[in-house]
Amino acid sequence: MKRKQIKFVIGSVIIVVALAVLGFTSFQDNKSYYQTVSELYASKDMAYGRKLRVEGDVVAGSIARGAKETRFVIGHTDDKTKVAQTLSVRYVGTDPLPDTFRDYAQTVVEGEYGKDGVFVARSMTAKCASKYEKETAAGLNPEISKK
Amino acid sequence: MAQVGQFALALAFVVTVYSIAASLIGIRLKNDKLIASGRNAAVATFVCITLSIAALGYLFVVSDFSVAYIAGHSNRDLPVYFKIASIWGGQEGSLLFWGWLLTLYSALVVIQNWRKHSSMMPYVTAVLMTTSLFFTAMHLFVVNPFTLTGVQFPNGAQNLFTPRDGVGLNPLLQDWLMVIHPPMLYLGFVGFAVPFAFAMAALITRQLGDTWIRTTRRWTMVAWFFLGTGVLLGGNWAYHELGWGGFWAWDPVENASLMPWLIGTAFLHSVMVQEKKGMLKVWNIVLVTLAYTMSLVGTWLTRSGVVSSVHAFANSPIGQYFLAFIVIGLSAALYLLIDRLPYLKSENEMESLVSRESSFLFNNLILLASCFAVFWGTMFPVLSEAVTGDKVTVGPPFFNRVNVPIAIFLMFLTGVGPLLAWRKASTNSLKRNFLWPAVIALAGGVALYVLGVRHFYAWLSLVMSTFVAITIVREFYKGARARSYGTGENFPQAVVNLTLSNTRRYGGYVIHFGFVLLFVGWAGQAFKVELPGLEAGIGETFTLNQYVFRVDDLSVQDTPNYVAQRASVSVFENGTKVAVLHPERRAYKAGEQQTTSEVSMRSTVREDIYLVFQGGNLDGSKALFLLYLNPLVAWVWIGGVVLGIGTMIAMLPNKKFIPKRPRTVPAERVKEVESVS
Repeated sequence: MKRKQIKFVIGSVIIVVALAVLGFTSFQDNKSYYQTVSELYASKDMAYGRKLRVEGDVVAGSIARGAKETRFVIGHTDDKTKVAQTLSVRYVGTDPLPDTFRDYAQTVVEGEYGKDGVFVARSMTAKCASKYEKETAAGLNPEISKK
Repeated sequence: MAQVGQFALALAFVVTVYSIAASLIGIRLKNDKLIASGRNAAVATFVCITLSIAALGYLFVVSDFSVAYIAGHSNRDLPVYFKIASIWGGQEGSLLFWGWLLTLYSALVVIQNWRKHSSMMPYVTAVLMTTSLFFTAMHLFVVNPFTLTGVQFPNGAQNLFTPRDGVGLNPLLQDWLMVIHPPMLYLGFVGFAVPFAFAMAALITRQLGDTWIRTTRRWTMVAWFFLGTGVLLGGNWAYHELGWGGFWAWDPVENASLMPWLIGTAFLHSVMVQEKKGMLKVWNIVLVTLAYTMSLVGTWLTRSGVVSSVHAFANSPIGQYFLAFIVIGLSAALYLLIDRLPYLKSENEMESLVSRESSFLFNNLILLASCFAVFWGTMFPVLSEAVTGDKVTVGPPFFNRVNVPIAIFLMFLTGVGPLLAWRKASTNSLKRNFLWPAVIALAGGVALYVLGVRHFYAWLSLVMSTFVAITIVREFYKGARARSYGTGENFPQAVVNLTLSNTRRYGGYVIHFGFVLLFVGWAGQAFKVELPGLEAGIGETFTLNQYVFRVDDLSVQDTPNYVAQRASVSVFENGTKVAVLHPERRAYKAGEQQTTSEVSMRSTVREDIYLVFQGGNLDGSKALFLLYLNPLVAWVWIGGVVLGIGTMIAMLPNKKFIPKRPRTVPAERVKEVESVS
């Protein structure tokens, strides 16, 4: 390589390394573990203190809206074992609950798992179990399983 | 009609196969008739798929629920424009729409180049038709939009029936943008297939000179324009429909549309280096290939259910086919590229760090880095689950922390790059071009600091925006002044004619100016004010900054499609009434009675008042509101429009002016001209 080109290599390397460092540190600060309710229980003590995002379906009739916080229960049936497990959630986030949040909705709650067994969520997303998803939240929602 | 659509699809499949075969065999046998026939077949494919998608549209309009796709995505009381837009409202139909646009592009390319590039075109046709074949096969065998409504029993028996009404279109999709946002986005995604086809044809025929790059640049502009427009319209949709006060959330589907756009942007810049200096030839082929691949990856991400997203479609079987198609396409392109490397030798070398070439190099480097960061963040959950079993995700803070500095650096290059000389910029020219813009921008920066702008990135964005805006305005001013001296045109005339005489350069400046405005809008987001949990009954008020809000009325409105709870809220600014807002909360009747919020806004260039009605409080005595004050957000949309205008200008052919002198030149003007030159 000619000497002329070396400065371009150095310049590019500096930029790439700077961006890589930036990317890596931002990644470490912001990563969180995405689990289903069953996977959360399976990870046992590892679950405490981690940033978590837990996926589950809202159990029908469990939503209790309060002034400061909203409590509800999400559940998930493990694909392999077919065992249904539930998780109590305390939503304390400042964002309003989404319109799609209601019974049977598929939710992802983001926050930490407390030692008392209640998940403290600071933010959440919800997706209607509608035409976008062909599988319904069967198994955990009493009305569906009765049919 | 479902049979007609189905038959047209089957016919398209056969014709596509014929088109590929005729093109390739024709070129092998040097048989012009066969090549022409393959070309005609490509146009015929477009006719077939058009017939098919028209059939689907007809089924929607007449509400034929015996077809599963219609029953699943429409209902009788849906307004007719949404019925038509429902064509792309779900998996099967949107894929058919994708395929249709591809055949549309193919037909246009074939017709545009009817008698041009005779040795390259058969390969272009073959590559486009191969992609088309993949999609037609998907429509026919995997996700057929014409499947009839019914229940399939495990023993293979089928029970067909026609529901009395359909499930309806997802209420969040019932918005005027639903009619135009997806088509724009898809025109963008699909458009990258054309440059890719030309790149491959150029590699195959070893004709790696100017031809493919010139044709490709125009088509890339087309795709880039539609994709950018689609992305911005999507942002606007999210902003006024989802009720969280923002327009970009780094959702996987948003990222999917951003990635090919970033690569397309990189290509549109690096292509200039190839045209002017004959450098970066391999790189440009890589970019075209990547842009096309990212379009397919985007389509795959959206539909396969591999990443979870608010936009996500059902887990569907198409994922594996898409992945296979992407891998095969990428391998073929890579093989061709490596095989033809000797034909892609660079004609020049980079010389100075401070030069046009080098600014393009860094522009490309960080655009690619940005794309990579977005890709990494989007795909990491999938990758980490495959490698360690843990699904590790990152949220918007990651994307912002990486991309905000990149974007600001890009803005810096936007100001500097176009004014640097090729090869090597002299210190003198640097001073001449940048001293005053830099001084003014810094003075503006001090003023902003004094005015209380303390958010570092927002401050830096605004300073950079000022700097770039000044360099652009000065370019227009200098060019137009010189022109008006030379031609005797008045100044506004000179600006217009200057732009028309070099559309690429001045269109490019307009595009850059659009970005400046977008940046101003983004910077404003750092100062967003959010006020949740407001409770007020009729006649009561709440306050934010200089605004007072008074609830005038709460009512219920019944339409065939939905029932709306509606609030009327008067807004007073310093005591004068400036607006009446009508936020709604709608419960849609079809399907699962989903409720949505209909945001009401008062938008000015200074700030948006963004009011969300969240329904009644627990005992029903008061209404609940969520209020945002969003500074400068309107500039995002204004910037988008400027961006679009700039792209249109850049795509125009240069206007040739016959040099004419003003008949009588006043003596003092002659002197002026002499002193200037």
